Amino acid sequence: MLFGFLVLLVCQFCGEIIVRYLDLPFPSPVVGMVILLAGLIMHGEVPKGIRQASEGLLSYLALLFVPAGVGLMVHYQLIAADGLTILTALILSTAITLLVTGVILDRLAKNKITQEQ
Amino acid sequence: MDELNTLWVYLSASPLLSIMVTIIGFLIASHINRMAGGSAFLHPVIVAIALIVAFLTLVGTSYEQYFEGAQFIHFLLGPATVALAIPLFDHLERVKQMFWPLIIACISGIFTAALSTIAIVIAMGGSRETVLSLTPKSVTSPIAMGIAEKIGGYPSLTAGLVLVTGAIGCVIGPIMFRWLKIEDHSVQGFTMGLAAHGFGTAQSFTVSSIAGAFAGLAMGLTGMLSAFILPLLVRFLGI
Repeated sequence: MLFGFLVLLVCQFCGEIIVRYLDLPFPSPVVGMVILLAGLIMHGEVPKGIRQASEGLLSYLALLFVPAGVGLMVHYQLIAADGLTILTALILSTAITLLVTGVILDRLAKNKITQEQ
Repeated sequence: MDELNTLWVYLSASPLLSIMVTIIGFLIASHINRMAGGSAFLHPVIVAIALIVAFLTLVGTSYEQYFEGAQFIHFLLGPATVALAIPLFDHLERVKQMFWPLIIACISGIFTAALSTIAIVIAMGGSRETVLSLTPKSVTSPIAMGIAEKIGGYPSLTAGLVLVTGAIGCVIGPIMFRWLKIEDHSVQGFTMGLAAHGFGTAQSFTVSSIAGAFAGLAMGLTGMLSAFILPLLVRFLGI
């Protein structure tokens, strides 16, 4: 468990170094995720400790978003001014995005499966 | 009374209080959500944020002071993102099999999310800062904050709006899948992860592990590709 947590941190750390060194536009944890995935593919299976640590963290994923979200309180003036626009844009755009992505992937995936059969 | 005051000053400066407030807020929010029958309208994260903001305003604590302690919880978001590699590895065969459809759907989704947001905000007369803070709304918060900073939005506003987007996605997603008759869990998961990032991923894990794995993949892929696409798109549109 502790070893697993260390592996996650080391992957994030390596991600951090790569992002800094290559001046990449994306955050280090995502690069860390790619590193861990590559490591797991090479190793061929997930060591028990890493699985335990990961499942522990992922089961509380929602809680981890709370501190950043409370930051909304800093922007109450802008939210008050553009509130309706923001809410409309969020709802409509999310619906359209779900629709387009879902339909495209569903069609493409079905085609692919029929092709292979 | 003076002693109580000194104690309060001491406590509000230690991370203990912020961490406790965050966890208590989340537990109460989860309880409220369960009582409401797990309705995504009362998403535990959104309810928790509302409760905590109300509490901080009531006791007169600033966000900076709160975050000083809450950053220890925030920090775990990093290793949790790395941990998404595990469900991905578990379903690697299915991912390989669907590789090109996933890439095509992902790029279409990124453009749809960004262009529809920009169009709606501009049509409704929102300010330039609002447009730019909203553009990365479907991207997972750590990446979205970086993109907002790069294109000229407010990173902290983006972080909050990203969460609201996630909650909205959790409400609309299941309704949309029923309406469009999308039953494949991998398609559902990927779509949720793309439009509603971490929230969609957390919700997809409650549907099935394969939905969760695809949602995590979509979240990572959308984040990485958006980091390249969105700054170029904004420059191209001349916003």
